[in-house]
Amino acid sequence: MIKLPISDEQLQRLQLPARIAGIVGSALMAGSIAVPWSYDPDALDDMSFAMAPSPLQLHFLVLALLGLLAFAVPLLGRKRLGKLARLAAWNAAARTAAGGGAVVALVAIAAIGIEAGGLVNTEPGVWVALAGGILALAGGLLLPPSPEPGLGRMKPPRWVQIVVIVVGLAAVVFAAAYALSLSEGGEFFLFAALAVALVLVLKEWGAFGWLSIAAADNKRVLVAAAFVAAFSFPFTQGGSDANMSIAAQVLVFAATAMGLNIVIGLVGLLDLGYIAFLGAGAFTAAMLSGSAFATINWEPPFWLTALIAAVVAAILGLLIGTPTLRVSGDYLAIVTLAFGEIFRLTMINLDGTDGPNLTHGPNGIPGIPNLNFFGFYFGDPQHLFGIETGRFANYFWLMLLVMAFIILVFTNLNRSRIGRGWVAIREDELAAEAMGVNTFALKLLAFAGGAFLAGLAGAVRAHQYTSVVPEQFVFLESAFLVAAVVLGGMGTVMGVIIGATILKVLPEKLRFFEDYRLLLFGLLMVFMMRFRPEGIIADERRQLEFHADDEELAEEVELELIAWHDHYNPEPKGH
Amino acid sequence: MATPTQETTGAVAVAERSLLLDARSVTMQFGGLKAVNDVSLQVHTGEIVGLIGPNGAGKTTFFNCLTGLYRPTSGSVHFAGEELPPKPRQVVRVGMARTFQNIRLFHNMTALENVMVGRYCRTRSNALDAVFRLPRHRREEVESTERAQELLDFVGLGKATDTLSRNLPYGDQRRLEIARALATDPRLLLLDEPTAGMNPQETRQAEDLIFRIRDLGLAILVIEHDMRFIFNLCDRVCCLVRGEVLLEGPGQVVQNDPRVIEAYIGMPATDHTGQPDEPERGEDGNA
Repeated sequence: MIKLPISDEQLQRLQLPARIAGIVGSALMAGSIAVPWSYDPDALDDMSFAMAPSPLQLHFLVLALLGLLAFAVPLLGRKRLGKLARLAAWNAAARTAAGGGAVVALVAIAAIGIEAGGLVNTEPGVWVALAGGILALAGGLLLPPSPEPGLGRMKPPRWVQIVVIVVGLAAVVFAAAYALSLSEGGEFFLFAALAVALVLVLKEWGAFGWLSIAAADNKRVLVAAAFVAAFSFPFTQGGSDANMSIAAQVLVFAATAMGLNIVIGLVGLLDLGYIAFLGAGAFTAAMLSGSAFATINWEPPFWLTALIAAVVAAILGLLIGTPTLRVSGDYLAIVTLAFGEIFRLTMINLDGTDGPNLTHGPNGIPGIPNLNFFGFYFGDPQHLFGIETGRFANYFWLMLLVMAFIILVFTNLNRSRIGRGWVAIREDELAAEAMGVNTFALKLLAFAGGAFLAGLAGAVRAHQYTSVVPEQFVFLESAFLVAAVVLGGMGTVMGVIIGATILKVLPEKLRFFEDYRLLLFGLLMVFMMRFRPEGIIADERRQLEFHADDEELAEEVELELIAWHDHYNPEPKGH
Repeated sequence: MATPTQETTGAVAVAERSLLLDARSVTMQFGGLKAVNDVSLQVHTGEIVGLIGPNGAGKTTFFNCLTGLYRPTSGSVHFAGEELPPKPRQVVRVGMARTFQNIRLFHNMTALENVMVGRYCRTRSNALDAVFRLPRHRREEVESTERAQELLDFVGLGKATDTLSRNLPYGDQRRLEIARALATDPRLLLLDEPTAGMNPQETRQAEDLIFRIRDLGLAILVIEHDMRFIFNLCDRVCCLVRGEVLLEGPGQVVQNDPRVIEAYIGMPATDHTGQPDEPERGEDGNA
């Protein structure tokens, strides 16, 4: 939080004016959508009409109204509010909504300026929105800090939790479908900014504490609902394959990142050559695919191919891990980076000039046929519920199954004796060894296990991309995998999926930025390392490791742990 | 207070004291420095043996030689008749567990999880058991959790189950480290300065805990600087000076030996870093 040079007493006296400023500012933001934002109808999604807001302006209205609500509710007074006052952090939510509104208005101004060719194309509406946002933000900053929201300790009836989970997931699916349907550039960027602002407002308000309890209480419902939501995603695309191709790519990328997450997130080893395992799986599957260019004249059924590909990758993991895992830290990173390059160069050189021709060298193996899995041909569009879905939807669904398996492996290993051993290695390897933990075997297991999962993803990828070429497995891909894990949150499932999605979708939707992609990406990484090294979604233990001196955080996490313990073991412990 | 009910630690009656640890002529050389020189030491079942000596005498180095963190330059270590395996984790499996002079807990794990890590070497479930939640995994998880909670109760941390170990007070961290070591079902427990930094009351509690551990049938080898603590506790005391055994014998004998007193007091005060008072007090108390 920003600390203002004002005493608490002054803050108390300023509270009412600040609140009024916030309300006026939020009302200005809400009202601004009645006025055109842009002169040029082609900029963004046509914000050139008065009294006829575009979809994005309507989203902005939601944010503004939420801010208005958060500013206004505490005015009712503690008495009339009763429990409601303590349940949610109204002031924090109001501040975030105001700040988010101001940022979104700025993004809109910039987008209109760039797309329409000059700020002269902006109309007063967007400036009113910006002014309102700044005014509301100023009011919000003068409000006293909110007490800890009580939502996290509330226990609502079961059906309310389930309804919220289902509605929330449906909203996520529609938001994702809508985001993908937006054209590249400003429109997408503006929507992303709006979505992030909305999520942050809900977080500050205290909804996440409530949600995490609801999620923990209804784990099975949540998992099933999330799976159904993901499964139904292709139906929102109306048979279009363009976005499904991106979605299937995201899943392959995320599945590989989840494998790497075992190595980085759970054991804390930095592997900079991880793409080699995906490559090993992909090349193995390609050689066994029955393509005209396949170098092995044997075409086993796909389940066997996938298994062989995964095992080959795991063996490669063992081969690489046995010598390299004797070094640690930076040395391990350098050695694995080298092995990643060795893999790529080996694939380029296995072209038959010296030794066997396995890969056709730099040309790779093209023309890989679509999968034919238990009589289900992946090249055909499917007709389900009267909606046609394309070829990539098939791969999307297959990857969804693979992903479910990978998540199962990840979470169950994490919560086992092996997972505890991994944490112990991360915390103090020597002490772990002295307590009887076989540190080398456990590190090797993580390496080989992660490689196995990556190989599995690689087998699907070979068919989905229809060609496997050594140049698909360059170092930059490994770097992106590491980035997805670090950005999303080491050691978490949701975090890595989000991180992988961001890193795959943003480049697709921000093509105009392509030349500066790596610059942007580097800046993002630096920013994350400085301000939130534990990633977007933090694993609690990881968070503690990154903030070793933060006593407050340690207390907080512990209180949470004890609260959870009591939540699940209501009867007093009888020892 | 619940007591652990593990077969290996359950045998309280020790009629015949058999030889457990047998270190012969252990020497550890770092370049030109002999940190431990020709040290022999025996520990029998049910015995508490103290290892004393001024700072830099090689006590911790000797511990590291016993537990596989260092491989002795020469000499041999036998445990229960067998030669000691070379790696720390194998040493633990054989039945020898240790604590560290500067506490080495897993700081971001809860007390319970710390102790459960100690159970690692006594459980067998593999990756497949864990991924598919097979019966062996489920049985071992329940057993490990129960045993870890039992041990927490035993050392007096029964209420701190979900406390992060870094949030525990200093004395409790030392006790947690002992619980973690006990979780490996040792027959010999090596304690490296278990009362360092404790106040007199905590020291008494630690003393009591060590007696209770001995009563479970474990042998204990303990490094300490607190002389009152060591002479209250130990059946036998071995005094190391500059890497060599100066004297070994019952507490009374070692305590009154002029050479031991000289080894402590006769050295420059700067070498003692806050410890020179201890032997003096011990001497006065018996004069």
